[in-house]
Amino acid sequence: MDSHVLIAPSLFDRIIDRLAHQLLEHHAFTETDLVGLQPRGIFLARRLQSRLQELLPSSTIPCGALDVTFHRDDFGRRNHPIAPNATDMPFLVEDRRVILVDDVLHTGRTIRAGMDALMAHGRPRSVELLVLIDRRFRRELPIEPRYVGKAIDSIDEQYVKVRWQGQGGSDYVELFNQKPA
Amino acid sequence: MNHLSTRHLTGIRDLQEQDIHLILKTASEFKEVINRPIRKVPSLRDLTIANLFFENSTRTRLSFELAEKRLSADVVNFSAATSSVKKGETLVDTVNNILAMKVDLVVMRHPHPGAPHYLKSQVNTQIVNAGDGTHEHPTQALLDAYSMQERLGDLQGKRIAIVGDIRHSRVAISNILCLQKLGASVRVCGPKTLIPKHIASLGVEVSHDLDATLAWCDVANMLRIQLERQGGEEMVPYFPSLREYQARFGLTSERLNRLDRAITIMHPGPINRGVEISSDVADSEHAIILDQVENGVAVRMAVIYLLAGVR
Repeated sequence: MDSHVLIAPSLFDRIIDRLAHQLLEHHAFTETDLVGLQPRGIFLARRLQSRLQELLPSSTIPCGALDVTFHRDDFGRRNHPIAPNATDMPFLVEDRRVILVDDVLHTGRTIRAGMDALMAHGRPRSVELLVLIDRRFRRELPIEPRYVGKAIDSIDEQYVKVRWQGQGGSDYVELFNQKPA
Repeated sequence: MNHLSTRHLTGIRDLQEQDIHLILKTASEFKEVINRPIRKVPSLRDLTIANLFFENSTRTRLSFELAEKRLSADVVNFSAATSSVKKGETLVDTVNNILAMKVDLVVMRHPHPGAPHYLKSQVNTQIVNAGDGTHEHPTQALLDAYSMQERLGDLQGKRIAIVGDIRHSRVAISNILCLQKLGASVRVCGPKTLIPKHIASLGVEVSHDLDATLAWCDVANMLRIQLERQGGEEMVPYFPSLREYQARFGLTSERLNRLDRAITIMHPGPINRGVEISSDVADSEHAIILDQVENGVAVRMAVIYLLAGVR
């Protein structure tokens, strides 16, 4: 399979670090919640949460997991419906400043569904978007991120995969020329 | 596997073990949805569902209707009491007329066993069985399995007793098939007259002793004595009197106190308090009767979501 590494493990940690600091420029985390989109945005949200916790030891950084499956716009347009993942939102976002977190931004449709799903948990004061990889020029909806790990140019057939290695492993991002089987 | 192996749910017989696990897993996500401040998701907003009830029902119809509305489907209701069925229209004609109005999915209850099975070969739509005579009631079995799993975890190796009127119960048959697919052992218990002779061929144990059955099981699912199927309260033909039934097969706190551990108590409703189950047991902490009702909506949302999304 034709692929190459977009973000190597050494760079990965540095990008997480930068994103955490960029968030701190705009947020004191007294009224801000991180919300990771299922299934893969939650890994990034949790990484950011633990990094922010190190930088702000006296605050608690709320971090929720939001599943957008029931809010997707392609129900009945695929051969089979998508099986949902767990939503775990232990707080209401009413009047809070929410940062939606996902690993790869492509067409923008998942984020559209994510905003819709978020509103079922209250009316946030503001919503911002943070992504690790922004596949520029592939948008099908007018959605742009405020915080970006790395912006890349790609074609439709290509596929970006963030390799989350879990505790102790080193994470990296790969670009495939075709969607892996 | 992340999709169902069937286009219809006419019975638990349509489902493989993985299908049941997928429905129960999806139901747990819908249970989270119906406990949100906004209990509704837009998934089915361009679909229309017809609830065809050729037999009376209150809670099952309400539960289906709520499930459909929380998925944002448009819902039309039909009940035989107020319809052209009384004017002699056939089942296939009735359903085809409703389908001609562009309905995407049909939920039906019918007094005749096999009616949904027959219908699915005659009309071009997806069908969910909400109870067909004394045959099957698959969504009840699924919500019972979900409620048991919520209490006990994996049902593999668990012991489930179904007590009462097995002969007239579609809940019993669907429950037996569903629990066996999930690896549980099932025992039925009741008076000989209310247990069909062939029931052992489904691979269940048969008992006529409630106390021994309670000592054996992890869960006791108490079925309702179906007075309306037995000719009414005045002429119950299957046992001498309700009082005698209550004395031999009624679940009471005295019976439960004699056990060395707590068991989970279920009932598909509506309860005949003081007949198959005493009031204090029905209201006790070990009874999950109202959890079953809540889970019913989530499980029906899962079934409809997974079926209606198939192209």
